[in-house]
Amino acid sequence: MSEQVLVKKQHERDGWLSRIPKPLHGWILPLIIVVIWELVSDIGNISATMLPSPISVVAQFARLTMNGELFEYIGISVYRAAQGFLLGSIAGLLIGLSTGLGKLVERTLDTSLQLIRTIPLLSLIPLFILWFGIGEFSKVLMIALGAFFPVYLNTFLGIRSVDLKLFEVSRIFQYTRWQLLCKMIIPAALPNILLGVRLSLGISWLVLVVAEMMGASAGVGYMIQDARGYSQTDIVFVGIIIFAVVGKFSDSGVRYLEKKWLHWRDTYKG
Amino acid sequence: MTEMLKIDKLNKTFAAPTGDVIALNNIQLQVKKGEFITIIGPSGCGKSTLLKIVAGLDTDYTGAVVLNGKPVDGPSIEKGFIFQEPRLFPWLTVEKNIAANLSLKDPTTRTRVTELIELVRLTGFEKSYPRELSGGMAQRVAIARALLRNPDVLLLDEPFGALDAFTRAHLQEVLLDIWQTNRTTMLFVTHDLDEAVFLGQRVIIMNPRPGHIRSVQPIDLPFPRKRSSSSFQELRHKVLSEFEKVEEPTIDVGAGI
Repeated sequence: MSEQVLVKKQHERDGWLSRIPKPLHGWILPLIIVVIWELVSDIGNISATMLPSPISVVAQFARLTMNGELFEYIGISVYRAAQGFLLGSIAGLLIGLSTGLGKLVERTLDTSLQLIRTIPLLSLIPLFILWFGIGEFSKVLMIALGAFFPVYLNTFLGIRSVDLKLFEVSRIFQYTRWQLLCKMIIPAALPNILLGVRLSLGISWLVLVVAEMMGASAGVGYMIQDARGYSQTDIVFVGIIIFAVVGKFSDSGVRYLEKKWLHWRDTYKG
Repeated sequence: MTEMLKIDKLNKTFAAPTGDVIALNNIQLQVKKGEFITIIGPSGCGKSTLLKIVAGLDTDYTGAVVLNGKPVDGPSIEKGFIFQEPRLFPWLTVEKNIAANLSLKDPTTRTRVTELIELVRLTGFEKSYPRELSGGMAQRVAIARALLRNPDVLLLDEPFGALDAFTRAHLQEVLLDIWQTNRTTMLFVTHDLDEAVFLGQRVIIMNPRPGHIRSVQPIDLPFPRKRSSSSFQELRHKVLSEFEKVEEPTIDVGAGI
């Protein structure tokens, strides 16, 4: 009886929200925005070059899907971003581990890395073009540089915040160096490392667009740049939405890993 | 019985900005195999420091600490250590915490872990995470974890200090149980008088400034001991009177507050 009352109360509190499946709650606001957008572009006298209606964007999306262009571009962009991200984040993880574990490495390396970190990445574009041209290598390297720092900084921070008390336990049990790394330091630093990975995924995406806009013959960034030149604003929107959706999916991927690997954490969950 | 742990002329000083502080002064102690020793003293008497030195966690001392004929020069699995906090790895389940760097895939470890979980009465919680355990349960996991390594001596640094009275009494029973089954040598630091008399075959009373052993009180009561028995109370008073002598210089009687 009392349980029923409780359930009812919960329903009343959530109101109309309870009628919609929980995973969709986050999509309510984007949906409302799209509806308003459609209304504004239908009623208002705004030219399609300034603000194409969602329907024309969807139509453009369908056309680009049909002729295969879109998925080819998405594939190329994702491949680029993934290469740069993997290169940068693995380097960030390894260098972060070595500066985190070794005082000597920290002393000799950290100052230089911090100096490089303060340089706005985008100001390096002219140099990258000068040195590496506008080919694939140059793009991947730029993405990698962007992806490097979040993972590096957070790995270092994660290692340095390992509880000294647990470290004492591992000394008593005579952990080998390898065990210390795999069974003690990495699990303890994992929350920070995953946070770094998440940030670095976002940056990879950001740098990808810049790299593709500065000169490319394929990819979603190129598609946007090209469409802008021909005032095909609806294609620009298709590109932007693709970035948003793929970015969201990659972020969800890391959040899934966080849920899976960090469920042991005893933290406030809202 | 044979002497298993010999501490001879042990001195330890801490460097402080105001000059060196003597933490331990000329400590002499011999512990027989299988003996249960409790060490009691006010805070600052160096009892925890002494335990850390025996554990090999602190090697900056003069004098000799010899375990099984070998000088102690670092931590090792022969010297199990139970801290005041359980210090479990939060990302591991109870059984994996007990195994720690040993593999549960190894059948001997597997069997031993199951046995130990039974011994510390945690059956059913093998797959729980530390955040799901109460303080007493977590401390029992820590005890099982230390016992899995078959230590020659178990060093306990106020292990039940942070627990409530009921849990503490229960864990004292558990510990005595384990001691009687395994005959592990125990060195138990506490600031609880009852606990020291209840558990120890000998109570070492320590005095601060500088930390040294004031006296040693043998407790010749059979186990299980009854706290309410007159002989227990008598010995408790005996230790307490020593303890009060210890406290004397630090308490200003009649100073008024």
